[in-house]
Amino acid sequence: MSLLSTTKIDFLSKANAALYLSLGLMVLCSFSFFNKGLNLGIDFTGGTLVELGFEQPADLDFVRERLEESGYAGASAQIFGSPREVLIRLPAQVDVNSSDVSERILAALPNTDMRRVEFVGPQVGSELTEDGFLALLYAFGGILIYVMLRFTFKFAIGAVIAIVHDVVVTVGLFSVFGLAFDLTVLAAVLAVIGYSLNDTIVLYDRVRENFRSYRNKNSRDIINQSINQTLSRTLVTSGTTLCVVLALFFLGGELIHGFATALIIGIVVGTYSSIFVASTSLLFLGVNSVDLMPVEKDGEDLENRP
Amino acid sequence: MNQYSKLRYIAILTVFVLGCLYALPNFYGHDPALQISSLRGNSLSNEVVVQVNDILIDNRIPFKSIGLDTGKILVRFSDSDKRDMARDLMNASTGFQNYVMALSLANASPEWLQSIGGKPMSMGLDLRGGVHFLMEVDTKAVAKQSESRFISEIKNSFRKDKIRYRSIVRGGIGIQIVFINANMKERGLVLLSNEFPGLEPRENGESNTVELSVSTDTLADIQKTALQQNLQTLRNRVNEFGVSEPVIQQQGINRIVVQLPGVEDTAEAKKILGATATLEFRMVDGTGDIQAAVAGKVPIKSKLYSERDGNKILLEKTVILTGEYIIDASSGLEAQSGSPAVFITLNGKGARVFSRITGQNIGKPMAVVYIEQRKGRAVEEVISVATIQGQLGKRFQISGLDSTQEARTLALLLRAGALAAPIEIIEERTVGPTLGKDNIDRGFRSMVFGLSLVLIFMAVYYRGLGLVANVALTFNVILIVALLSVLQATLTLPGIAGIVLTVGMAVDANVLIFQRIREEVANGNSPQSSISAGYDKAFSTIADASITTLIAAIVLFSFGTGPIKGFAVTLCIGILTSMFTAIAGSRAIVNLVFGKRRLLKVSV
Repeated sequence: MSLLSTTKIDFLSKANAALYLSLGLMVLCSFSFFNKGLNLGIDFTGGTLVELGFEQPADLDFVRERLEESGYAGASAQIFGSPREVLIRLPAQVDVNSSDVSERILAALPNTDMRRVEFVGPQVGSELTEDGFLALLYAFGGILIYVMLRFTFKFAIGAVIAIVHDVVVTVGLFSVFGLAFDLTVLAAVLAVIGYSLNDTIVLYDRVRENFRSYRNKNSRDIINQSINQTLSRTLVTSGTTLCVVLALFFLGGELIHGFATALIIGIVVGTYSSIFVASTSLLFLGVNSVDLMPVEKDGEDLENRP
Repeated sequence: MNQYSKLRYIAILTVFVLGCLYALPNFYGHDPALQISSLRGNSLSNEVVVQVNDILIDNRIPFKSIGLDTGKILVRFSDSDKRDMARDLMNASTGFQNYVMALSLANASPEWLQSIGGKPMSMGLDLRGGVHFLMEVDTKAVAKQSESRFISEIKNSFRKDKIRYRSIVRGGIGIQIVFINANMKERGLVLLSNEFPGLEPRENGESNTVELSVSTDTLADIQKTALQQNLQTLRNRVNEFGVSEPVIQQQGINRIVVQLPGVEDTAEAKKILGATATLEFRMVDGTGDIQAAVAGKVPIKSKLYSERDGNKILLEKTVILTGEYIIDASSGLEAQSGSPAVFITLNGKGARVFSRITGQNIGKPMAVVYIEQRKGRAVEEVISVATIQGQLGKRFQISGLDSTQEARTLALLLRAGALAAPIEIIEERTVGPTLGKDNIDRGFRSMVFGLSLVLIFMAVYYRGLGLVANVALTFNVILIVALLSVLQATLTLPGIAGIVLTVGMAVDANVLIFQRIREEVANGNSPQSSISAGYDKAFSTIADASITTLIAAIVLFSFGTGPIKGFAVTLCIGILTSMFTAIAGSRAIVNLVFGKRRLLKVSV
């Protein structure tokens, strides 16, 4: 059985449409990011979070009342996962940097099951934000260097354009829909970088090979042919990865919901970008066979018989 | 062309067998266990084992096994409720006041598996429940303390050398000394540069005045020492708190990470870790006028204190003894009154001072002051006042405590030593046991479900070779689990997600290969050469794709904390094992199955 054995779709004829779609998405996402911002979790903002389990479906009004009585009117309470679980969130307070808040919240609501307590001091929060940004930069840098070494500078730029596109859209959609952005989501964004790059590298590998085998074809035809040749693989891999991520989304519980959501968005966007963005970038950057003078490929003969 | 040498098959088979063997302990998992050890670190004897055994049987608490393990008693239970009941029971037993009961997870694998080093994966706090604290040492307080200590040392030196000064105080920046004249100032500066090289003098224009600041190097040394001492004290306290496999580590220059698996009572943990309680012994000033002192006229040699019931009392300023001379402390009940007490043992120096002073003051009242730092302020309370009946020596007892719990905590803190500098909790992550259990269930369920979906898809879409890929994929999961178990890398919920994600992505390598084989077949090559060319051509693509993903995973590892690190670890391991299984593993199966036959058709 094979769904898409040999396709001959002219993907690059859609290059302009893809360009407008991508630019439109990125503008929308950036606009939302800079105006609305992200719904940052306490990992980055600092604050206190308490998850409680109740015997019966929880009465939120009662919980809020008790919180107010204990002097935590600023706390928000919401149902989390099942109706018997409640998540209480309290922003970081400037004057009291104290880990005692959770104890007092627990004391105000006795006879509940303490499921989770998180307290992040404001200084830790701002450090995590800074480290997170740095991590993204290091990942970009490392990948840029590796792709440059294995391919050429133009390929590296193309790959980074595709990744930046994926990160901007994934993070941007979290902003557009106001989804909670915490440490696990950031980890997922980094995983998306790895994943989307995977697709791009597979495509680029094919482009390089085709440039070397068909010296007379023009770049446009070669890139088109390469996309078609790798299309089936790209879709199958995206499909299986999406399967497992959907399993995480539906069965993994509330704690990795954000993580799974980011991966779902990232896989869809990453698949799209490796087909349209990474390839179109190559065309716009003017990659041609001169860029790819054959070099000895390392590892080629490792699998040959002794 | 599609044949491996025998050696290669054997090598791959060996990896497979080892993988299965070291993944096997996870099938047995952990037993909830109670670890009983002696407070003083002595080895326990078989007699104690018998005692524990009898207590548990008398109280009808069923357990799986009991035995000595490196000087500690390990009791295994079938579930954690019974273990918790047993712990509460043992803590309440009169004969076991000086033992530590620690909740732990014991490897439940059969002995032969344990003897070859088989262990289940080590589970992170988000799966087994527990507390994670990040603490920051208050370096400003350390600087302040060091200045105060320098001041008293300078005063001593000046007194010895008869250098006269008007005042030595802690100023806005550093220490300020006002000498009585220029000559004294000159002599003072010479002495300071000889005896206190760590202090940097600075003249501020006013004659006879010198300002000193602690040099950056000296301050850094002092802060380093303070952090080391705090680490040691925290270790001592945690050991006595009863936690198995705690983590206490330095992070950065002034932070300490403390992880206590299985601990639920965070309030108690915070109290004990952060406590700065110590004791001071002072003579009661029997001559001073309390009424006048309360009104503000405190005698010059005394200080006003409060007792627990709120009564005011005047104590002499001179401290007879502080907590640092205490080498051992245990809690118990006072013989005559039956009230809670702490039994104290002093070191040699402390004992000499104490016996001299108590010998000189028989018949006079002495007070025990309990000092605790709360939010940067010292809270001092007189916990007991007693008339000295006779000369006291190395061992004595103090009473006046509210409860046995308080006596026990005080004894613990005295034994573990004081914190060199106050610490503040700047991050806390606690997971309760129910959520931990939920996380394990959910993680496991999504892993099984996700893997099944992928296996079904591969079998349907690629048929013959799909089944080969499925064997390789299953082998991949077994290898990841085996490696995580052998490395004892901490498995977290995002870590499980990482395994699930690798399963989805590991398919990729196989898909790349199969797609290539399909193309070769379509180009009219023979099945055998198509298989061979497919594997060869896909190799560099797989390597490139894996290495770039690895870069992202390594960045994630170096940046991440706790659970995120767990994700990065499984992702890294998963990428490596999937490369191995897809390239070497699946190729071996293909060669074994198709290699020797004359293939008319390859089913991809």
